[in-house]
Amino acid sequence: MSSIRNFDLVSCLLVLTLMLIGLVNIYSVTYFENMDFFSTSNFFGKQLFFFFICILTFFISLTPDIKFYFKYASIIYLLMIIILIAVLIFGNEVNGSKSWFSLGGFSFQPSEFMKPVTALALAKYLSNIHSDIKRKSIQFYSFLIISIPLILIIMQPDPGTALIFLSFYLVLHVVGLPSFYLNIFVASISIFIITILFGRNNILLIGSIIFVLMLIIRLYKSLPKRRLIYMGLIAAAFIFSVDFIFNNIFEQRHRDRFNVVLGLDEDLKGIGYNTNQSQLAFKAGGILGEGFLKGSQTKGDFIPEQHSDYIFTTIGEEWGFVGSLLTIIIFTFLLLRIIERTSTQRNLFYKIYSYCVISIIFFHFAINISMVLGIFPSVGIPLPFISYGGSSMLAFTILFTGYIKIDANKKEKW
Amino acid sequence: MRDKLLQVLIIVISSILTIQLFNLQVLNKKNSDVSSKASVQKIYNFPERGYLYDRNNKLIVSNQPYYDLLIVPNDVNINDSIKIANDLGISLKDFNTKYKKARKFSPLKASIFISSLTKEEYAKIQEKMWKLSGFFVQKNSKRKYNYSTAANLFGYISEVNDYEIKNNSYYKSGEMIGRQGLEKTYESILRGEKGVNYFQKDKFNRIIGKFNDGINDTLPTISKKLKLTLDIDLQTYGDSLMNNKYGSIVAIEPKSGEILALVNSPGYDPNLLVGRERSERYRSLNNDSIGKPLFDRGLQGQYPPGSTFKIINALIGLQENIIKQETTFKCDGGHFYARNSFMKCHTSEPTFTNLNNAVYTSCNTYFAKTYKGIIENYDSPSIGLDKWVNYVKSFGFGNYLGYDHPTGKPGFIPTSAYYNSWYNNSWKAVTTISNSIGQGEILTTPIQLANFAATIANRGWYITPHFVKEIENDSININYKKINKTLINKEHFEPVIEGMINVVEKGTATNSIIRNIKIAGKTGTAENFIKINGIKKQLTDHSIFIGFAPANDPKIAVCVFIENGYWGSRWAAPISSLIIEKYINGKIERNWLEKYILEGDLSAEYLKPYLTSNFNINE
Repeated sequence: MSSIRNFDLVSCLLVLTLMLIGLVNIYSVTYFENMDFFSTSNFFGKQLFFFFICILTFFISLTPDIKFYFKYASIIYLLMIIILIAVLIFGNEVNGSKSWFSLGGFSFQPSEFMKPVTALALAKYLSNIHSDIKRKSIQFYSFLIISIPLILIIMQPDPGTALIFLSFYLVLHVVGLPSFYLNIFVASISIFIITILFGRNNILLIGSIIFVLMLIIRLYKSLPKRRLIYMGLIAAAFIFSVDFIFNNIFEQRHRDRFNVVLGLDEDLKGIGYNTNQSQLAFKAGGILGEGFLKGSQTKGDFIPEQHSDYIFTTIGEEWGFVGSLLTIIIFTFLLLRIIERTSTQRNLFYKIYSYCVISIIFFHFAINISMVLGIFPSVGIPLPFISYGGSSMLAFTILFTGYIKIDANKKEKW
Repeated sequence: MRDKLLQVLIIVISSILTIQLFNLQVLNKKNSDVSSKASVQKIYNFPERGYLYDRNNKLIVSNQPYYDLLIVPNDVNINDSIKIANDLGISLKDFNTKYKKARKFSPLKASIFISSLTKEEYAKIQEKMWKLSGFFVQKNSKRKYNYSTAANLFGYISEVNDYEIKNNSYYKSGEMIGRQGLEKTYESILRGEKGVNYFQKDKFNRIIGKFNDGINDTLPTISKKLKLTLDIDLQTYGDSLMNNKYGSIVAIEPKSGEILALVNSPGYDPNLLVGRERSERYRSLNNDSIGKPLFDRGLQGQYPPGSTFKIINALIGLQENIIKQETTFKCDGGHFYARNSFMKCHTSEPTFTNLNNAVYTSCNTYFAKTYKGIIENYDSPSIGLDKWVNYVKSFGFGNYLGYDHPTGKPGFIPTSAYYNSWYNNSWKAVTTISNSIGQGEILTTPIQLANFAATIANRGWYITPHFVKEIENDSININYKKINKTLINKEHFEPVIEGMINVVEKGTATNSIIRNIKIAGKTGTAENFIKINGIKKQLTDHSIFIGFAPANDPKIAVCVFIENGYWGSRWAAPISSLIIEKYINGKIERNWLEKYILEGDLSAEYLKPYLTSNFNINE
């Protein structure tokens, strides 16, 4: 059993605070007169029920010896992959994606639990003495561990959750993946966005000018220019393909989401409705907010999915800039605190797992809030510990408990 | 390990999110206003429109309630449709069509089911309201006129149009605005300020409760009462006198410029232009091309003033020292004002007239010579005429008077510039000689003439005529307290007024004498030309009278204008005297005269121009 002295109580309290923020705001969103606190027939009651389940899970997960997780990581991973395949066949379709199993009155979303499981598997694989991330084969298997669940989730299709699995690539990078991959990734995303934003031909023109200038500079420095020319050609090809993919392969609804976020299109009734309504809620909140149960956008039920993915709008409207900033600060502080405590972790398995925890929470936090604030296309990703949803809260609790357990065992020898 | 990368990434992203939040929540002030929130519904609370009273505190214009039955289709238990139709007192078929219509509009939002219920219908339905779920009654209010007179004066209210909504942020679609008359001039006073109640809406636009516990709600500002200058009894009496005659009566209290009566004939009942049938009735009034009831003759009718204008020429002559009280001119039943140009006069035999008998006999020759003297007193006729115009305009002629009613006409006083362009700079005093007797180019409105009478009564000044005496808890426009001085000195009025007293006592209007009231007046008979299908035709002259009484301490000044009434003394003078008698004595002793006027019927005159056969005029 881990020593209580090393127990990261601060992080636990921060997470508990986030959960309570979630409960308060879910209560406000779904409030109606004569609502029963403890009935599982309403959203708040269900969430409250899961809150207690999570507390229970936290303590249960702390009990087994840390080695148990290490030992069974691969098996759990494989088991979960089978469940993910099963959900594709036997799952219930909710909002157009086959991601749910129904068990009694409750629904269960395996993809949520795939996150901590993948983290375990990845950590186990990479902490192996032979796993040098600089080697191509190791890179390949790492990618495979991440990509199998990712592809299965895309097939549901649940692009939001799939997007979260990209956070594991960030972990690979932290662990030492050559920066080439990240550069390519960042470059691709940048080119993708500016191509949509400014049009293919403009970007090709500007790109060519920059390319020629770089070529001239290189000539003076008499450096090999072949690589530069290759890169230029690849970039040009990529610009063409982006244009082609965006206009021919993407469906209109995908294009619309990008267009709304990039400000190319304003459609307040249709696809832009969510973004516009949530921005209205933030504006209405102002600095101090309209107060608990007083948010008019919230009361009027103007924002779809406000209790789950768009819960942050309620915080913004009812608690104002003060409340939403506090939430961001808690997340930032929590993440930075875990990083700091992880940096002194000697054990590589523990360390990689902790980085996975950080990356996953960070990706959820960053994408969810950017989406709600209208600077990222609308994708279905919950805000950790706050959004309504039993599976998601439970999965995050398990993920987090893993960190707490590891962290408490930091001083112990393997 | 590149864990610094993670730290940097987290801090950068958090900062970006914070900046965006700051933009939305702190910098964005535009949407902090409650009313612009999408989730908030404003419901206005309109104060009752202000009442109008006459100068003796008699209620003239008030409001009457009417009721609309509204329906929210989703809340109606449609299985009980037979029962409901029975309770509402309509047939099942009727109920079904109305229900379908309302449902088509919106199943969730209220729409009108039966509009303008009478009080009786409302009372009947009210008893059963408790069992009619999905129905409610909305009270509205429309104008109620207690006297069927002065419709054009009050004007009317109607729904705001797009232009008004665009240019005045106060008004929202469907609201009422004073469209004409005093309702328009005093719109902001009569309407008050609406209050706002804010309600929380849900995404289906349904109201789900008060917004923010009603903290942001505002109370309506109560409208104000108007006390008019009108004497409603005099006004209705004037109406009766004008029966079957077209024209107008304008009566003013000279000391204050308060308009005691503004009778417009033919008139109509203002209650016609209220409620649902307003636009239809308005159209039919508008289509009366002979009577033109919507045409406000007292304010908009521009007529030559005829002989009443001789008074102003006498006054200018005195002021310019062209004539004196004793000045005499020879009149040979008229005179040659130029070679081959003879102006006839009413006198049949050659006489020497002084100012006094020139006024009471209305001698053309005397005033033609006076006018010629005024114009020729200067180096050129242009300078002379413009001097004359300045005098005339100081009486309020040739321009809008500035009263508190939105309709009106300026009339016309020709200036040298006008004649220069018309006669190509070669004209003399005699070219414009018609100005001396109020014919020719001069046009005046009846209210200008009444104001002229008031100015003479005041011996040289007037207060701009107005219709509103008092505004509840407020003061009237300062312009209606201000004295406007004419360019004629006070002492020049007495000799003219003496002549005007003789008009009634021994002159052109002896039929209008009242035993114990001394009237000063002047008759006028204005030639009347119209164009029918492009052909100029002469019709029977207009009958005009201006006057005031009692001559020494004037309490009332009047102008009566009877279209196609022939001599001033035939209709206008007796009507004026009856108005004066009624106002000062409160009762009429000259019943024979009253009977003659009440029974007087000029309808045939007004139809003459529309006859296909030839007709005689001035019979």
